[in-house]
Amino acid sequence: MTQSTPAIRLDRATKVFPSADGGSFTAMREVTLDVAPGEFVTVVGPTGCGKSTTLSLISGLEPASGGHVSVAGTPVTSIPATVGYMFQQDATLPWRTVVDNVALGLRFRGVGKAEARSRANDWVQRVGLGGFEKYYPHQLSGGMRKRVAMAQTLITEPDILLMDEPFGALDVQTRELMQGELLRLWAGSRAAVVFVTHDLTEAIALADRVVVMTAAPATVKTIVPVTLPRPRDVDEIRLDPAFLALYRQVWDSLREEVEIARTKGASRG
Amino acid sequence: MAETMAAEGTVRPTALAVAAPTGRRRWPVYAGRAALVALWLGSWELAGTYWIDPFFYSKPSQIAVKLADWFTEGTSYGSIWLQISYTLQEAVYGFALGAVVGVLLGVLLGRSRFLSEVLAPFIKAANAIPRIVLASLFVIWFGFGMSSKVATAFVLVFFGVFFNAFQGAREVPKVIDANARILGASRLQMMLTVVLPSATSWILASLHTAFGFALIGAIVGEYTGADKGLGMLIAHSQGTFDSAGIYAAMIIMTVLALLAEAVLTVVERRLTRWQPR
Ligand SMILES: Nc1ncnc2c1ncn2[C@@H]1O[C@H](COP(=O)(O)OP(=O)(O)OP(=O)(O)O)[C@@H](O)[C@H]1O
Ligand SMILES: [Mg+2]
Repeated sequence: MTQSTPAIRLDRATKVFPSADGGSFTAMREVTLDVAPGEFVTVVGPTGCGKSTTLSLISGLEPASGGHVSVAGTPVTSIPATVGYMFQQDATLPWRTVVDNVALGLRFRGVGKAEARSRANDWVQRVGLGGFEKYYPHQLSGGMRKRVAMAQTLITEPDILLMDEPFGALDVQTRELMQGELLRLWAGSRAAVVFVTHDLTEAIALADRVVVMTAAPATVKTIVPVTLPRPRDVDEIRLDPAFLALYRQVWDSLREEVEIARTKGASRG
Repeated sequence: MAETMAAEGTVRPTALAVAAPTGRRRWPVYAGRAALVALWLGSWELAGTYWIDPFFYSKPSQIAVKLADWFTEGTSYGSIWLQISYTLQEAVYGFALGAVVGVLLGVLLGRSRFLSEVLAPFIKAANAIPRIVLASLFVIWFGFGMSSKVATAFVLVFFGVFFNAFQGAREVPKVIDANARILGASRLQMMLTVVLPSATSWILASLHTAFGFALIGAIVGEYTGADKGLGMLIAHSQGTFDSAGIYAAMIIMTVLALLAEAVLTVVERRLTRWQPR
């Protein structure tokens, strides 16, 4: 890794939630991870293991219960201004049109209405929603709303981009299109990306490193560096023998954890 | 504490609309309603003519004559339009004031756990006061003029709106709240772009009942002591055993309330264009 300050540093970060039965539930245990500026890290792990929780700690939405979290060398105590976060759930404002939703981040930062609108319009085109500017979110499909969320996040040009299963709801073609677009935008931005996904092909095709998490409570199980050359063509890279070797490596590591999570989930009822 | 405060006086947003008849059922529904009205008025008129004493119970024809008299000759206290506009002004001022203060305080407390916990017992106590009694107090404080009626209308409107705005502000979906904060919203921006719009269906639900309360407030205020207005007409009719006059004033009030409801429905449609229908 580089010698400069990491964009994100998780140092034995732990998160404990109060559980429904009055006890406590450890969602993350001593997660240690550095992400360099401009690095693209993908995170895979069994469902419910603590991936979203990890992102909420980095974003400053949730405080860590133990350990340290810092962004650009500064400990996270509130939401850092340079963070963009695309949520797993639908988070667009239902009472704003597509273009106004996309313009939101600029408006909050004091950009004038006309300029924010015109820049938002560009972004609406870029994510392929031209013609839907005046629609309200409930008039869009789930995948279209995801694309609104993506434009909404990227328009603020964050240095640190947190993405929680952003393309899960898209059809295969649109997904590949968006992956390509994301890589292109990222290459021009130097943003550090933490990208959570359940799709191993996506995880490897996009990443500089793939982080495999253990079943709950999440810890870093293995980190698989992906040295495939860039720029990558997401569609073609899947047939590359080097890619297949990586796929096997990540899957072998993940499979055990998925099985642990399955038996635990079953015993929990 | 805040939990129980929210449950106090809220009107569910879903519990509001009586659907307008649509489709093939439309004409039978209207015909059914007309028949019901005819049956009701007809039996009252018959009863008033043959069996019961119209001096006490009046009857539709007498009420119609009274209304016609008011609108052509005026009341003994001046034009009927003067009375209507007086009552309507009091109700509108009380409504506007109560709605604005109710929404502001409700949203503020809904967003601040500390403030709501500190203030909860006081608000609950104030809400428990039978508010109609305050009308007498307001006449002493503010005199027989318009302001004592506005004050009565205000207290009646305020609590309903307050509890709904409070509940609405607390029900902002967590992820939408988080998203807006990540996008850089300041506290004020948060209020204006997230909390208020999110609470609109709760607030609007309370406004529907609130205008009715404002009218009641104005009329009770006038009834308690005034020299103008519909409430004063009712008090005067009562004093002269003029039951037709009481009914006539009642009909005018009902029409006013229905008109206000129609206006509110239009406003609501405009404000909630973003919602699926
Ligand atoms: N606010 C909370 N209060 C209590 N428990 C929570 C809270 N948020 C998350 N958890 C628990 O923490 C665990 C991890 O949740 P998290 O959302 O991080 O999982 P995830 O890895 O993102 O799963 P998925 O892949 O299904 O999105 C879960 O068991 C969940 O029940
Ligand atoms: Mg998740």
